[in-house]
Amino acid sequence: MTAPARTGADAPPAPDDVLLRAEGLAVHFPQRGGPPVRAVDGVDLEVRRGETLGLVGESGCGKSTLGLALLRLVEPTAGRIELDGTDVTALGRRELRGLRRRVAMVFQDPYASLDPRQTIGRIVAEPLEVHGLAPGRAARRARVDELLAMVGLDPSFRDRRPHELSGGQRQRVGVARALAGEPELIVCDEPISSLDVSIQAQVLNLLVRLQRELGLTYLFVAHDLAAVQHVSDRVAVMYLGRIVEVGDTARVTGDPAHPYTRALLSAVPVPDPPAERVRRRIVLSGDVPSPAAPPSGCRFRTRCPDAFEPCPHVDPALADLGGGHRAACHLHGVVGTPVDEAGAALLDDPA
Amino acid sequence: MTALDRAPDGPAEAGQVAAPDEAAGPTGLLRALVRNRLAAAALVVLAAFVVVALVGDRVAPYGPNEVSSADKLRAPSLEHPFGTDQLGRDVLSRVLIGAEPSLRVGLVAVGIALVAGVVLGLVAGYYRGLVDDVVMRCMDVLFAFPAILLAIAVMAIRGRGATNAMIAIGVVYTPIFARVTRASVLTVREQVFVRAARSIGAGDLRIMTRHVLPNVAAPIIVQTSISLAFAILAEAALSFIGLGTQPPEPSWGRMLADGRGFIQDAWWMAVFPGLAIFAVVLSFNVTGDALRDALDPRQRSAIESAAGRG
Amino acid sequence: MAAEPVLAVDDLRVTIATRRGPARVVNGVSWAVAPGETLAVVGESGSGKSVSVLSLLGLVPRPPATVTGRATFQGQDLVALPEEALRKVRGPGIAMVFQDPMTSLNPVLTVGRQLTEGMEVHLGLDRRAATERAAELLDLVGIPSPRERLASYPHHLSGGMRQRVMIAVALSCEPAVLIADEATTALDVTIQAQIVELIAELQRELGMAVVWITHDLGVVAGIADRVAVMYAGRIVEEGAVDDLYADPRHPYTRGLLASLPVLGDRARGGEGRHPADLAVIPGLPPDPVHLPPGCPFHPRCPVRADERCATEEPPLRPVPGARGPAPHRVATFYDLPPEDRR
Repeated sequence: MTAPARTGADAPPAPDDVLLRAEGLAVHFPQRGGPPVRAVDGVDLEVRRGETLGLVGESGCGKSTLGLALLRLVEPTAGRIELDGTDVTALGRRELRGLRRRVAMVFQDPYASLDPRQTIGRIVAEPLEVHGLAPGRAARRARVDELLAMVGLDPSFRDRRPHELSGGQRQRVGVARALAGEPELIVCDEPISSLDVSIQAQVLNLLVRLQRELGLTYLFVAHDLAAVQHVSDRVAVMYLGRIVEVGDTARVTGDPAHPYTRALLSAVPVPDPPAERVRRRIVLSGDVPSPAAPPSGCRFRTRCPDAFEPCPHVDPALADLGGGHRAACHLHGVVGTPVDEAGAALLDDPA
Repeated sequence: MTALDRAPDGPAEAGQVAAPDEAAGPTGLLRALVRNRLAAAALVVLAAFVVVALVGDRVAPYGPNEVSSADKLRAPSLEHPFGTDQLGRDVLSRVLIGAEPSLRVGLVAVGIALVAGVVLGLVAGYYRGLVDDVVMRCMDVLFAFPAILLAIAVMAIRGRGATNAMIAIGVVYTPIFARVTRASVLTVREQVFVRAARSIGAGDLRIMTRHVLPNVAAPIIVQTSISLAFAILAEAALSFIGLGTQPPEPSWGRMLADGRGFIQDAWWMAVFPGLAIFAVVLSFNVTGDALRDALDPRQRSAIESAAGRG
Repeated sequence: MAAEPVLAVDDLRVTIATRRGPARVVNGVSWAVAPGETLAVVGESGSGKSVSVLSLLGLVPRPPATVTGRATFQGQDLVALPEEALRKVRGPGIAMVFQDPMTSLNPVLTVGRQLTEGMEVHLGLDRRAATERAAELLDLVGIPSPRERLASYPHHLSGGMRQRVMIAVALSCEPAVLIADEATTALDVTIQAQIVELIAELQRELGMAVVWITHDLGVVAGIADRVAVMYAGRIVEEGAVDDLYADPRHPYTRGLLASLPVLGDRARGGEGRHPADLAVIPGLPPDPVHLPPGCPFHPRCPVRADERCATEEPPLRPVPGARGPAPHRVATFYDLPPEDRR
């Protein structure tokens, strides 16, 4: 299989060519004897065809859950997901199979994401079997070899089992499996965090090369900001189930508009000792609040160094800051949903 | 820019497998079992009994029901190494020929329990919810009965004989297979590779048969060998109380029953079939233990893991 | 550092007997750390970095491990010490903080109890005094409402909090050396920043020596005074942190540093709109059971400028121009030209 040659492969993905759109997406997990855990709590997201959208946040922010919801591996509680115009949230069981061909996933743990009892060949061939691709033993075998070669593995790996492979090699198998269905969008859920440093670079390079050659679209979910900004065209920052900032990588990492993004960036260690010594870190106070009980108004206000009057009273909405850069923070103007009368008053009279 | 920039993925990473495994597969398993000398001995014993079960009637010196009033209750001797019973029948021949029904009932009964129990456990554990509750409560009910009582109850409904004994014992052991299977399924279904299978579009049936079942095989195999031991004992017990294999077909349990009345004068009538049962049950248990150890290869010691990844 | 080292390791070797043969996990490691100094031992999985410090405290069971060499601490050789004596060193002498606080804290003991236990044993305090001190320690490590927290169980706390408790436990007996083994690897980056800051602060206050074991070259840049880079059980390069990062002299160190994506690199490089390839070290680390002859890195090394690389192990020697009592040293037979890494 060769992907149709991408014309203008170097051109940035067009803002109006949206492959996947999520609106008001929410995933709540019921909790026994307590309020539900609001892992994803009202997310609007757009992934443009051909781009890599990075999704960063720390543990508990809901980014992994969001990725899983896009494949309906967890069921959304509310909201809508559209893939190229098709409403994914309404799909029945049979049609889901079709969805799972168009959207694939690469998982975080290379040790756990491969069935220990299957050979590599079977693992990579499974999507072909499920979707009836490359029918016939010979065709299937050839396709498996092709996929393995695409990810830089020798075809002889076909008969090996996962425990014989290194972490990096297993992760390549995961990528090959994701590619088998010829997907349009691949959700990469922390694809390199379990790998050794020198292997991370190999896998990152692989993902970039495949995108270039096959015209793939990626949603790259990770907590490692350095890796995310390296591969992403645009970056979205998540906190406690919401997207707090989104925009071009250069803008978001170079000129962050949200205090959380700023804190996150300041906390990322950089391998440059003199720079590290003079660095002023924005240290956030306290712990992340429980996703079952997010603070009223702006959820970040309990740790935000810049919290001020409107923050407890108005739940900020993503506001446009120009050039596709959006942030949900009252520092750029009080915009959002009031939670009480004081909030409503603030919105009426933004003076 | 050094020579390190622009280095490709590299043939080394692409070509060499990190940790080739010579110990994989059924041959590796056999090799591991044989290494454990006790298990090897047990396997030899079992193999011997299987052979006896298959050809017992041909190698036995006498027929199973060759009565001889002249030779009643003879102690073990050269002509009758295991002695004779109250009808003059050669005990050795009866033990050899009795191997087949004793083993057969055990094997078929466990086969029934295995299939029924694994299917039930798989479905219950995978789907959870109502299905799980219903199935497992039924299993609990079966479990609540003492095994022998349950077997007797089944046979009271279906009648006596070897076939019904198989069904009865099969029913008795279904719950344990269901429980063991379900317990493993509960763990395996949460594994990432199951989620990964779902993510590529695999349906429930495929996931259950291709991914879950092979990964719960180990505890089921171990349970099988343990249950085989108990099933043999159960068959013996049922025959002992007259419900299992019916006379004149010899079975070890029957022989125990017959020999009970003669324990004082002709101990050999009960002891030799008893030893046979003992030998088979012990061998099955030892093999089961060895299988459990051998099938746990991913449980490398923490130190070995540290050595490889520290 | 000219100061007298508080812990000095000399030619430490650890071999572990495995089913496939003896695994040479640590092959002649020597380093020293002085009070108030932070040494970072950097390496990937399989480098032997964790095993090397675990073996110092007798935490690697022998057998199957065989440990040789010396580790001098307060006049004693830890490698030769029997278990009884080692137990007295753990805690008040050398304390460790591990990666996963959930499994290194006892889930059935309250936080308070875990703290007081050690103090009662090692410092001979009674329950009341120990509890008092425990509350102080929790406060010291920045846990809010420390007195109430004494009654909490580990699973009540978040990852960051648990790690702070671990640090409090480690500090409770006022150790001379604190060893942090991947202590922040499992933590979020903002929490990691807090913990790193905390340990640095405590070190300043208590004058401890700190040994950080990690693979994270970013964290190391911020906290270490000296760095030792480990590969296949050996130190391949060591020196002051500035020297090492500014001018790495071993191909492995260079490879590691070059393969890191760095904040802001996207804006700088790239062909068209796709990012430039990260530099990559091809291949895999060697199997400790089958170490190659000669330099352990040579199968993956892009340089290999000396014919001895394949047959002899290069010794650690000072880099040309290096000065001082603890100079920048590298284990190669040749000298790489200096690299401008800016």
